[in-house]
Amino acid sequence: MRRRIDDRTPAELLAAARGGERRAVARLLTLVERGGEPAEIIAEATHHLTGTAHVVGITGAPGSGKSTLTGALTTMLADEGRRPAVVAVDPSSPLTGGAILGDRVRMEAATVAGVFIRSVATRGHGGGLALAVPGAVRVLDACGFDPVVIETVGVGQVEVDVVAAADTAVVVVTSGWGDAIQANKAGLLEVADLFVVNKADRPGAADARRDLELMLDLSEISGSGSDSGSGPGRRPAIIETTATKGAGIEDLLVGIDAHHAALSAGSGLSERRDRRFVAEVRARLDHLLARVADDALDDAGPIAGETPVDTARRLAEGLFGAAGAR
Amino acid sequence: MAGREASREPGPEQDAPPIRIVLAKLGLDGHDRGLKVVARILRDAGMEVIYLGLRQTTATIIDAVEQEDADVVGISMHNAGHLTLAPLIVSALADAGLGDVPVVIGGVVPDEDLDELVASGVGAVLGPGASAVEVVASVRGVVETGPRAPSD
Repeated sequence: MRRRIDDRTPAELLAAARGGERRAVARLLTLVERGGEPAEIIAEATHHLTGTAHVVGITGAPGSGKSTLTGALTTMLADEGRRPAVVAVDPSSPLTGGAILGDRVRMEAATVAGVFIRSVATRGHGGGLALAVPGAVRVLDACGFDPVVIETVGVGQVEVDVVAAADTAVVVVTSGWGDAIQANKAGLLEVADLFVVNKADRPGAADARRDLELMLDLSEISGSGSDSGSGPGRRPAIIETTATKGAGIEDLLVGIDAHHAALSAGSGLSERRDRRFVAEVRARLDHLLARVADDALDDAGPIAGETPVDTARRLAEGLFGAAGAR
Repeated sequence: MAGREASREPGPEQDAPPIRIVLAKLGLDGHDRGLKVVARILRDAGMEVIYLGLRQTTATIIDAVEQEDADVVGISMHNAGHLTLAPLIVSALADAGLGDVPVVIGGVVPDEDLDELVASGVGAVLGPGASAVEVVASVRGVVETGPRAPSD
């Protein structure tokens, strides 16, 4: 199939992208997303050019206003003269592989303000996203974008993990989102460095704040709070916003900058980044191992007298020796 | 294993990377139901649809095509502005160095306007009678052949 042609090598694209050519940035992101050898070449070429950008993750339930919030936040950043970029993740259909990537609908002002926005589909849960997002962030960082905002729906471990790996993780809830029980079972809340109660002009904002405060109290008592070991060791701030009206966005910006400053003042930032490094290595290993497992499964069928546990042990032993079967 | 083959059953685009298409309505035109249906059709055909929605400008569309590295752009028009706006988007893409991105126009386009649109460089036109199969085939077709050069 004929596709748009760009004969430039990854190195040439990177040079052009760092020189400010947005099309080259976009093309690099495409290569990173497709994976394989070009993605690895780009990962190696960009690795040592990164570390400048403040990486912000924004997540929350569907419909909580993440895109609107991200749009308003990055518009304000661009208006201040900074160079924000957005990686907006939406799910692919597991049946057809297609996706409707609709985040730009809520980010029109950001587009006009010059924010670089890239929509990324999850492309199946085989772990591709866990490789594609760090790769995309690295490209944007290397090209001088700062901050880089990753926006994902807070459903599914991979999506939550990519946000958890950010320097600053923002979890968005809404007025009337449910009670403290929802907060406790959400699984999202443990990763938060900052909470946003969006749609704060609606009834229930005070309740949402109270439930979050309660949960944070409990986390402090049990010592299971977000990152209390390695971060600045502070309680996540709770910020109320009405993103559609721009209310509270400045508070959010201040909160994000303050978190970054607190991380940078201590060892927090480098610890975060070490953790991100390990998370990506783990994702790459998972990816490689999944391929090995796929190949091993090609010959595996139900065998009379073997349970699934037996078969898995036998295959693992074949692949990794006796240690693999444990 | 038959079961595993089935689970790997490719979506139509699974082997090649998915086609990425930007869909938008340009200017003052509030009829977006058709475009939403088209978005769904293309998604179900395995494409990645970057949906911009209503009241876009040539600038926001071009920014999206560039940043998203789209293979093709689809513009829906129900305001009788197609003879003005379609050539505008084609030339704006070319001016932005994105002349290799084909344009598909959909919406209410009278038959007698087709030749003029095609002459202006539009890759394909999908009228009100276009079936889902035709929509998918025509998007795949223009991605394969690339944009048409304006003939004047």
